[in-house]
Parts: sequence; C-alpha cells; structure tokens
Amino acid sequence: MAAAAGLALLSLAACNRAPPPAPKTYQVTIANMAYGPTPSGLRTGDVIEWVNNDIFQHTATAKDGSFDVDLPPQAHARTVLKAPGVVAFYCRYHPGMTGKLVVAG
Amino acid sequence: MIRRTLLAAAAFALTLSGAALAQAAKPNDAQIAHIAYTAGVIDIAAAKQALKKSHNKQVLDFANEMVRDHTAVNDKALALVKKLGVTPQDNPTSQSLKAAGDAKLKDFAKLSGKAFDKAYANNEVAYHKAVNGALQTTLIPDAKNAELKSLLQTGLKLFTEHQHHAEMLAAGLK
Repeated sequence: MAAAAGLALLSLAACNRAPPPAPKTYQVTIANMAYGPTPSGLRTGDVIEWVNNDIFQHTATAKDGSFDVDLPPQAHARTVLKAPGVVAFYCRYHPGMTGKLVVAG
Repeated sequence: MIRRTLLAAAAFALTLSGAALAQAAKPNDAQIAHIAYTAGVIDIAAAKQALKKSHNKQVLDFANEMVRDHTAVNDKALALVKKLGVTPQDNPTSQSLKAAGDAKLKDFAKLSGKAFDKAYANNEVAYHKAVNGALQTTLIPDAKNAELKSLLQTGLKLFTEHQHHAEMLAAGLK
C-alpha cells in the first residue's frame, strides 16, 4: 500500500517536473597570458570550450585532477562538467594563470 | 659550489640591470627590440644546454617550456619589427647580455647531474628576475611604438610566470 502510494507520488513528481535543460556549451578564451572570464550559471553536463588565442602554449588543469587539457596556440578543446562543485583551475606552464568554475547540480 | 653559483648569478643580475641603466642615452626602439630578442635567445640557448645535460623530468619540462615560450615571443618580435620596417640594432646592453650568457653556458658545461640542475634552476630565477627588472625600469617605459610596448608587456607577464616557475623548480631541487 505504502509502496504503491510512493510510486504514485514519484510518477506525479516526474510528470510535474520540467525536463532538465539541455547541456550548453560555453567558451573560455585565453589571451595575453590570462584566462578570460568564466561563465556563470554552469550546470552538470554543460561543456566548456577552451579557446587559446595566445601565442603561447597553455593548459587548463583542474586542481582537483578532474580535467587537464593541453592547449597549443590557437587550439580549441572541450571539457564536460561531470559533477557539481567549485573547480579551481590553472595553467601547468604558467601557474600564476588561474580561474574557477562554479558548477550547480 | 652553490655559493659560487649564487655569486655568479648575482654578478650577472647586476651586470644586466647595471648595463641597462648605465646607458646614458635612452635606448631607441630598434635597440630595445634587439635587447628583448637577445634576452630570449640567451634563455633558449640555456634551455637547450639543459635539454642535453639534464636527466631530471622537472628540469627537462621547464627547459622545453622556455624554448617554446621564448621562441613564440621572439617570432612575434621578428614579425613586428618586419612590419614596422625596423632593423634591430646591436648595442652595449645586448652585448653585455650575450657575453654574460655565453660565460654561463661555459661554466655550466663543466657541471653535471644535480649540480647542473641546481645551477641551471638558480640561474633561471636570477636571469628572469634581472630581465623583468630591465623590462620594468627601462625597456617598457622607453619603448615609443605602441605595438612594441604591448609586446614587451606580454613579455613581462611571461617572464614573471617563468620566474615563479623557476623558483618552484629551484625549491624542488633542494
């Protein structure tokens, strides 16, 4: 009885909830030895497209190890945000270059 | 040995900033371009020596980065002077830089293993510090052309990052 009620509630909730928003792609551009601004409103499943417009090779490396992208000059590379949380990142070659992604569930 | 290396690095740093400041007449853009380019060439030569002599992964990674970054900025400098129709002009600062760089290569050729790695890393710290000082006090303020000034400013950011990276490298080798 309780199980049936729970199931009914669950299906009701499923009907009422809007479908999760489709993942979005955001660009973060690197130029003049610095990361450009990081987007707000990031959600799990969204994609960061790193664009290196600098003349130097850089990386986008998460301090928690969740991603490490090598970016030769003019390269584009994509990182899928797999988990919610705040991820600080930096360039392995130029550790003074830093940024932060804030990802909601 | 370490003391000697540190002294040599300090003497070199003094030579560089001293030479840059001692020039009675302010360097013109053609001389500034030559100094900046020469500073890059010297660091590339030092990195290539490290790539031949070192077996330490951190040192090799750092040296590869120096070759890559300084080549990139020097290529950009060459393209800029070509565009501006400026021929880089040799001058006493470039000459003293080159002489000091050559002397270092000769000194470090005698070292091997950890002694080489430490000497290279410590010198990279001192060298980038000295070049940053020259960029801040002389080269950037004296540059007339806006594009040259902007490239030198990018160079300063790059050299500052390299200095920090070299400090981390040197600290890790202790």
